[in-house]
Amino acid sequence: MEAELKELLHDIEALDQSLTDSSHRASIDKLRSHVERLTSLGKSGPIRRLKVQDMSAEVVDSNPYSRLMALQRMGIVKNYEKIREFSVAIVGVGGVGSVAAEMLTRCGIGRLLLYDYDKVELANMNRLFFRPEQAGMTKTDAAVQTLSDINPDVFLESYTLNITTVQGFETFVSSLKNKSFCPSKEGSGVDLVLSCVDNYEARMAVNQACNELNQTWMESGVSEDAVSGHIQLLIPGESACFACAPPLFIILFSISVLFFLSLNIKYVYHKWRCDTYLSPLPPFGLGCGIGVDERTLKREGVCAASLPTTMGVVAGLLVQNTLKFLLNFGNVSPYLGYNSLKDYFPTMQMKPNPQCSNVACLKRQVITLTACGNDKFYLQKEYILAMPARDAALRAKMEAEDLPATEGPLHADNEWNISVLGDNELDSIDAASSDVLPEGLVRELPSADEPQKLPTLEAPLTYIDDLEDLRRQLDALNSN
Amino acid sequence: MEGWDPNTKSTLTHIPLLTTKAGPRDGAAWTLRLKEEYKALIAYTQMNKSNDNDWFRISAANPEGTRWTGKCWYVHNLLKYEFDLQFDIPVTYPSTAPELELPQLDGKTQKMYRGGKICLTVHFKPLWAKNRFIYIFNLSSGEELSQNKAHFGLCLFHGNVSEKISKLLFSSPRFGIAHALCLGLAPWLAAEVPVLVDSGMIKHKDDATSSSTET
Repeated sequence: MEAELKELLHDIEALDQSLTDSSHRASIDKLRSHVERLTSLGKSGPIRRLKVQDMSAEVVDSNPYSRLMALQRMGIVKNYEKIREFSVAIVGVGGVGSVAAEMLTRCGIGRLLLYDYDKVELANMNRLFFRPEQAGMTKTDAAVQTLSDINPDVFLESYTLNITTVQGFETFVSSLKNKSFCPSKEGSGVDLVLSCVDNYEARMAVNQACNELNQTWMESGVSEDAVSGHIQLLIPGESACFACAPPLFIILFSISVLFFLSLNIKYVYHKWRCDTYLSPLPPFGLGCGIGVDERTLKREGVCAASLPTTMGVVAGLLVQNTLKFLLNFGNVSPYLGYNSLKDYFPTMQMKPNPQCSNVACLKRQVITLTACGNDKFYLQKEYILAMPARDAALRAKMEAEDLPATEGPLHADNEWNISVLGDNELDSIDAASSDVLPEGLVRELPSADEPQKLPTLEAPLTYIDDLEDLRRQLDALNSN
Repeated sequence: MEGWDPNTKSTLTHIPLLTTKAGPRDGAAWTLRLKEEYKALIAYTQMNKSNDNDWFRISAANPEGTRWTGKCWYVHNLLKYEFDLQFDIPVTYPSTAPELELPQLDGKTQKMYRGGKICLTVHFKPLWAKNRFIYIFNLSSGEELSQNKAHFGLCLFHGNVSEKISKLLFSSPRFGIAHALCLGLAPWLAAEVPVLVDSGMIKHKDDATSSSTET
């Protein structure tokens, strides 16, 4: 391009000299300066901003943090610059995770750890963040490319692995434990883990790692019909872990019309990962060679829908909760649902299940119980301790701003069954069993059956208890 | 199990259930579990053979028993269609089921995740969830539930799981790999293979070779 511009300039010079009529001189000069400007533009290339040593509150166009530091002046955040000390791990760099990563990068987070095993596809382009020219790259590489351009101050670590495999999980856990970024901090090497994955297995793996490391984390999800989502804060031992209760469904209902709208707002592990298929399916075939009755088979379309809007909203809710948690302002939501069809935002709190199937969760529960009589544990739990005081201050502020209460019902109809509860009433709800769910929420998976006295059919006649023998026996069966 | 055909139901009752709740990171307990997995797979394979309904081969691909490979096949219109079968035992096993993969069919059907993981969500995951391990604390009527819980938790914390507790841990028989094949993969093949064949997505190996020699 540079050579062509040079040639163009040469032609203009030649034209200028050959022309005798001076009336065209002005327009030729204009043309020349235009080409010169283009040449200089082509030489400069894309501008990469330099690293910034300290976050400054100075209001100048060139300061990337001026609008963020203004949060201090507005009295929202006490010490915004503290954000540079925080490490956040994002598991799953898809529709929610990538946007959350960009938001945290733009906020100037200290360090981001990104985990994903997938590649960017054109089918992902209905969501935010990734660009078509990144198709084929691993999501982690593509994310690092974009994020390091946006804000070179952030330390980025990327891990292309599947955390549900034994090996991937080990790498995942050891990367969370690496404390080299901020060695003086208590706990693991990260301040928060954000789960932005699209399946149940991966959520359970994050849950396992966080329970073992006593790592606070946030879960997020978008339903496969793309119209609802949720975020949830999980503190091992203090709130329900992901294995404490079967996943939840949200049911919206109105009293006037018996209209049940079943929306999967939570734990959408079913989310389909093959976005490339859109055609309706042919009816399922008949005939069974392996003794299965075709009537028991189901075959429906399972390709998940997705919208950049819902994904963006959920990522926004997730990162907002993250900022409140890290920078210690506002109320951190323990659970926040989002139903876009009705703009319904349910919140709730879940206590840990004392019969949780996750051993690491039970350990954390016992430590929390023990900590009730032990100040040492409480001192480490700065955030939890500070929470009631923060809440009280916020309530007082809100009450002071509120209009005086009016007598009688404010609204004649109450479509969503919304009621205002006093603090004491709230406590009594919290104290209730974690089996009791707020209205509109139901379990998505069945609870584990009580163990029945099923006959275990281990034939005692052929009782072998050597692993090698068993392996050989199976191999023998396999070989004929 | 409502809605399942009597054949599958009766087959299922003859596959030994597993009694050790252990995953690949649980050391000696995992070895115990692995033995039970083998016993169940041996019993299921033997049963299939004696019923003239042999339909898979599977064996551990590593000494730890965390990766499994083999074959499975399905007969449609008197023709046998065979596929590679593979899966990893997830770290959260047995809380989560193994994700069974048929890599050769990757991209050929909607009922599949990336990498050839078959969709088990609707027909199998709820069954696995119902049949996973839970702990039961109310052993004797005299003891308070919460006391049991605290006691159990402390035992775990200090690593001295008492005999009483260890009995609890290993008391409820549940599903394993063999059950996942029987209730997860078998119905999937029965539903998908006919569609894949009829739509021309897969060809019988004889057809495939004859057509390739012609060209």
